[in-house]
Amino acid sequence: MIPEVGHFAVILALCVALAQAFFSLVGATRGYVNWMAVSRPAAYLLFFLTTFGFCCLVISFLTNDFSVLNVASNSNSQLPWPYRLAASWGSHEGSLLLWVLMLSGWMAAVARFSKGVPNDMLSLILGVMALVAIGFYSFLLLTSNPFDRLLPPAMDGRDLNPLLQDPGMVIHPPMLYMGYVGFSVVFAFAIAALISGRLDTTWARWSRPWTTIAWAFLTIGIALGSWWAYYELGWGGWWFWDPVENASFMPWLCGTALMHSLLVTEKRGSFKVWTVLLAIITFSLSLLGTFLVRSGVLTSVHAFATDPERGVFILGFLVFVVGASLVLFAWRAPKVGLGGRFDLVSRESALLANNVLLVVAAASVLLGTLYPLFLDALGLGKISVGPPYFDAVFIPIMAPAMFLMGIGPISRWKKSSVPDLALKLKWAFVVSIVSSLLLPFTMGTWSLLVSFGLLMAVWIALAGIVNLWTRLKQMSRGEGRTFWNSVASLPNSYYGMLCAHWGVAVFIVGVTLVNGYEVEKDVKMSLGNTVTIGNYTIRLDALKDLEGPNYTGVEGSMAILVDGKEVDRMFPQKRLYTVQQMAMTEAAIDTGFTRDLYISLGEPLSDGSWVVRVYLKPYVDWIWGGAFLMALGGILAVSDRRYRKASQPENGTEGVTASS
Amino acid sequence: MITKTKIIGLMLFFLGPWSFAEEAPLLAKDPVLEARVKAISLELRCLVCQNQTIADSNAGLAVDLKNQVRDMLREGMNETQIKDFMVERYGDFVLYDPPIKGTTMVLWAGPLLMLFIAFWFSVRFVRRRSRNPDAYKSAEDIDRARALLKD
Repeated sequence: MIPEVGHFAVILALCVALAQAFFSLVGATRGYVNWMAVSRPAAYLLFFLTTFGFCCLVISFLTNDFSVLNVASNSNSQLPWPYRLAASWGSHEGSLLLWVLMLSGWMAAVARFSKGVPNDMLSLILGVMALVAIGFYSFLLLTSNPFDRLLPPAMDGRDLNPLLQDPGMVIHPPMLYMGYVGFSVVFAFAIAALISGRLDTTWARWSRPWTTIAWAFLTIGIALGSWWAYYELGWGGWWFWDPVENASFMPWLCGTALMHSLLVTEKRGSFKVWTVLLAIITFSLSLLGTFLVRSGVLTSVHAFATDPERGVFILGFLVFVVGASLVLFAWRAPKVGLGGRFDLVSRESALLANNVLLVVAAASVLLGTLYPLFLDALGLGKISVGPPYFDAVFIPIMAPAMFLMGIGPISRWKKSSVPDLALKLKWAFVVSIVSSLLLPFTMGTWSLLVSFGLLMAVWIALAGIVNLWTRLKQMSRGEGRTFWNSVASLPNSYYGMLCAHWGVAVFIVGVTLVNGYEVEKDVKMSLGNTVTIGNYTIRLDALKDLEGPNYTGVEGSMAILVDGKEVDRMFPQKRLYTVQQMAMTEAAIDTGFTRDLYISLGEPLSDGSWVVRVYLKPYVDWIWGGAFLMALGGILAVSDRRYRKASQPENGTEGVTASS
Repeated sequence: MITKTKIIGLMLFFLGPWSFAEEAPLLAKDPVLEARVKAISLELRCLVCQNQTIADSNAGLAVDLKNQVRDMLREGMNETQIKDFMVERYGDFVLYDPPIKGTTMVLWAGPLLMLFIAFWFSVRFVRRRSRNPDAYKSAEDIDRARALLKD
């Protein structure tokens, strides 16, 4: 009964979305106030119905209702309950339900938190989001119903893929989808602005916090995914340039560009056309990512061709959304004014260059991801595009952007002078060069790549400090404030920017040092054997059998010795998940500020010994720490007071730039 | 005073298995060779896995291929020869570093070309912008609007 109720709720949700799209869009373009009044309550209703439907699915999973196909295929009675919960969105069908849940959640949030936005504009925004929702609810109901029954019911389920039975995987998909789907908000803002012709600075101001918050979620989501790969796959890699990863990374790159170009649009009224285009592209890439991951096209073009229903639907939807948006863009965009004038050396130019680099980087990742698919589809042969290609292409494109990250925030709007910038940044520049040349020696060997990576990181970090220092000095001199008063009076968005940029520096340190100085040892260990790596000696003391809820296995007990003294104990496991008969390596990781000690149990050998892989990974946690700082920066920026101020009605700002 | 327990403790310390704690043998008998095997394995695709290098995979085929790479290195073949051999056997699909040839021209030249075009456009855009008196006026408009709003 519960699955049917859930199914019905989702069908009702589709009906609500249809009504909402109709009344909101027609009402807003025709100026029918009564019709527009539908959009806000409809968004809440949509969110309620979807949450209700989602809860029904969760209940089916939690209560082990194996008469539901989705539950029978992705869960098991022995599965611990947190993973039964996570299994609700572990399958294709469930993840789509999560997708629409997020979408309706964002719609409700827009309805709730956009008090300052005029009614007709809000109706347009919610109407556009409802159109997107119609596409996804139909996709869900027509091709991927998560509530389908299985008759006769299965005795027990086929279990969740063991790779997904992990705490990281419980929160990774919701975070990632929050980000992915969150870009639909700024997309809707852009389309609404194009339709109404009000592409002004207020539009940019409304869009900015939504973009930033979605970006922060996406950052966390990607970082969690990478962290999960690091500890779950058993060999300590953290990024593989896998198409699935790229699918989430492309919207991230474009979203990053979008945040920066929205800044220019809001502050200077420039880049309006570009910002709108970027908003469309970013959301389109989110949709493309969904298509790539959900259509099966990634595993093989042929898998897509044999079961084309889902793929064709979402491809058609993608083409419709992108096509319609671009047509609207081509029709409306030329009517937009140019915005503020600026010189070649100015913050606008720096941000433009940042946009160019980020977008070209995203385009290159797109090229590398889709190229093998195109070649295969055209019958020109099968090729693989992997890390060697992406490293070779991505790093040279991003390096100048890292350099600009130091200069951009300290340069002036409209017109900056090179001597002035040089004066401000010369110490940061000299110190970063010298320290990047010397620092590698403290780690052991000197290498060009390490030195180059550190150069960028130190440069970004120091330029941030110089920036903060200059701002504070100006304030205490010019406005006669005390130091702490100046610190307190700088806006949160400024600190958010610094925090995110420092996050990038921290991230680069992590990547550079772990690539440069990682040590790996593959050994054959018997009981009592030791393996020495760095300062650590690892001794295998015992092996014991493991009896988990839905797996069996072996657990090693390893003593970690420093100078002969035991400092820690680690317990790597090898599990065999009984239902799917899948072996999993549960690495033991000792996390530290400057290094991770990573032990993974390989295969047993005939003489009773085990293959053991030990890694010493210097500064690897800085990778995710950096990503966390970036996301924190985004959240800080959104908490800025002026957005709360902006939520009050503002009269007279509209049309200021539209008239130019 | 040496107590009984201490003696037992000492005996255990010397006679227990840990007193013979010996360094576990490396899986690879020749670490230099193994490093070369790994470097090559990192660029070869495990054809039966879902997007994994043979270095990262423990699948049967991956292990076989790694052994084969090791044997070929021992026989004195170099990296290019081994890769050529793999390509001959499995096609370009086995290489994660796609070779530069007719069908991959767009792939390799694309990013550079895009970068070039994008920069050409933006420099043109900035040049035009910095000369545009109209735009200048609108920037003043914004400043004036800002000032008005603050009041």
